[in-house]
Amino acid sequence: MADLPDSDAPEDRTELAPRPLEAEPVVRRRTVLRSASVRFAVLYGLVFGISTIVLAASLRYTTLGLLSRQTEVAIRADGAGLLNHYRTGGIPGMVLALRNRIRENPDDSAIYLLVDPLGNRVIGNMSGWPQAVKQDNVLYSVPIEHFHKSSAAQLRAYALPDGDQLLVGRDIEMQVKLRRILRDAMIWALAAMVGLGVVGALVVRGLFSRSIGDITTTTRAIARGDLSKRVRRDYTGDEFDIMAETINDMLDRIARLMDGVRQVSNAIAHDLRTPIARARTRLEFAASHSTDADELRIAIERATGELDGVVRVFQALLRIAEIEAGARRSAFAAINLTPVIADLAEFYEAAAEERGITFDASWPDALNMIGDVDMLQQAIANLLDNAIKFAPDGGVVHLAARRDAESIEIHITDNGPGIPEADRTRATERFYRAEAARNTPGTGLGLALVAAIAQLHNGRIRLDDNHPGLRAVLVLPRDNPKPSAKLRERLLSATRRKSVVA
Amino acid sequence: MRILVVEDDKDVAGFVVKGLREAGHTIEHVDNGRDGLFLAASENFDAIILDRMLPGGIDGLRLLETLRAQDNATPVLFLSALGQVDDRVKGLKAGGDDYMTKPFAFAELLARVEALARRGKGEGPTTRLMVGDLEMDLLSRGVKRAGQKIDLQPREFRLLEYLMRHAGQVVTRTMLLEGVWDYHFDPQTNVIDVHVSRLRQKIDKPFESTLLHTVRNAGYMLRVEEP
Repeated sequence: MADLPDSDAPEDRTELAPRPLEAEPVVRRRTVLRSASVRFAVLYGLVFGISTIVLAASLRYTTLGLLSRQTEVAIRADGAGLLNHYRTGGIPGMVLALRNRIRENPDDSAIYLLVDPLGNRVIGNMSGWPQAVKQDNVLYSVPIEHFHKSSAAQLRAYALPDGDQLLVGRDIEMQVKLRRILRDAMIWALAAMVGLGVVGALVVRGLFSRSIGDITTTTRAIARGDLSKRVRRDYTGDEFDIMAETINDMLDRIARLMDGVRQVSNAIAHDLRTPIARARTRLEFAASHSTDADELRIAIERATGELDGVVRVFQALLRIAEIEAGARRSAFAAINLTPVIADLAEFYEAAAEERGITFDASWPDALNMIGDVDMLQQAIANLLDNAIKFAPDGGVVHLAARRDAESIEIHITDNGPGIPEADRTRATERFYRAEAARNTPGTGLGLALVAAIAQLHNGRIRLDDNHPGLRAVLVLPRDNPKPSAKLRERLLSATRRKSVVA
Repeated sequence: MRILVVEDDKDVAGFVVKGLREAGHTIEHVDNGRDGLFLAASENFDAIILDRMLPGGIDGLRLLETLRAQDNATPVLFLSALGQVDDRVKGLKAGGDDYMTKPFAFAELLARVEALARRGKGEGPTTRLMVGDLEMDLLSRGVKRAGQKIDLQPREFRLLEYLMRHAGQVVTRTMLLEGVWDYHFDPQTNVIDVHVSRLRQKIDKPFESTLLHTVRNAGYMLRVEEP
């Protein structure tokens, strides 16, 4: 960096280092607006508010509309009745009818007024003709003085043939009051809604930022290289909890893979260098010291053997890596393990007999499961290989397959040296070799491969003490759904639980 | 036999060509896909050894696909550094007859190529195999040597059948593993040798001459002993 020309340096610096520092305050200032939780809460509030307003408005419209229509109908009917009285009994008949109505008007809500052509009151419960009412047969809503109270009324005027004028109406003070009450109620409701919306937004935001914020900080720490961080879980089984669990599972797997890579590179440094070094030394020594062709040939053959061993290790390593990458799950199919086990038992029985080992095998009629035949074949073969390799001459090797509703277990036991309990968890790591196995041929990858295959099938390999010897148990689930389906199932059950509570 | 080697790595090619010539075969060698396709399509070979990754715009897979599209059924053995299961499947799907991963043992390559080339001759379905005084009836599943009936387990029968079909050729342990058991892994123990020696007990031990021979550093061969 020091050698860079001055002109380039500032550009470089703005490009690389200070950017996050500049960006950070901006992010913080806009956090509230950009927060998904706030947006979510605001949107939720808006939808809620709009539906409330629509509901209230329609309630108000139908209630008030109904009342005002009822008033209008009553005024019309009243007016028509009075005109009928006029037609049969003239003015006196009408006055009589008006008098009766005014008397039988208990709550003073009906309004009547009859004036002569000069505008003088003939009869009625109103002091004077309201100024606003100018046309006949039109419905007016006007403020009036009624019994010395200011009030509101709906009024309709009728012109009579002899020049008199009739006013029929209803006091609508109650309607006006109702309108006011409804309006006030709506304003309060709106205010309360805004308040609740804000509180709701804050609660939702708190919920979100607690759950998602933790995920963010964790993943950020992971991205920076701290693979030990995990998302905090609340074990409620809700969607956030499931997401946290899924992320943790993912991180566990990543950590395992990373560990694997680290282990492998260490192991390559140690376990592959040794045979390569041995082959190299042998060849070099032969080239400089061999005196005849036979000696040379033996050295070369031995070196070739060492290199073949290296190739075998490489192939096993690559195969494990391939399996761990999960690439081979495409070959999964519905299979029956029984013929596979029967064939392998027959295949290895010969090797056991050769060494005087008692070998017996038992299996049920059918071992149906979902899996990859080639992989499982190899896993069982590796376990049998080990058992026969480590059983002493004249020893005993058992193979027993069992199944229950969920899983298939394949037990393979020998009475060899076994693996000390302290080492059993490490035994499935790559290049692990038990003390007792130091002098036997092998790559130290057999059990690692079995473990990888078991994991590919969502199963596992269990190592127990066989008193004496080793009991290796390959546990395989019979039903092997795709992980996504499993997760979907769990999400569904979580939602189901929630709806029951709700 | 006439064998085409399409391989761009000079060392590997030189070693393969030399070895095959020493084994008595006639070899054509090209180091790129274009020439390889031209030769394979225009001349007759008993077998082709084909690298997957080749210079010249046409890789091994394309070459083979083009060849198969022209109804050319010459047996092809892939020789590739691409050793993953998927690569192998791809190679066989493209029309390859066998697949070997580098690095390889020459004995294994020779045995497999010879097996392929002979299979390409297409003897048609047979019901009877004969090697010296050893007879196998594929219909009645009976085996006789010098007129004497030999009892074999089903798997021993298949092992012997495979050896008899490849009589006079070297058959490697891997070939037996794949051809007789359909296993594609490498057993750590010497199981194959045990199975072969059991078979030997039945077909050779009671008789004067040996038919089933061990070939050092390579495998086994079933043949009539030279007098």
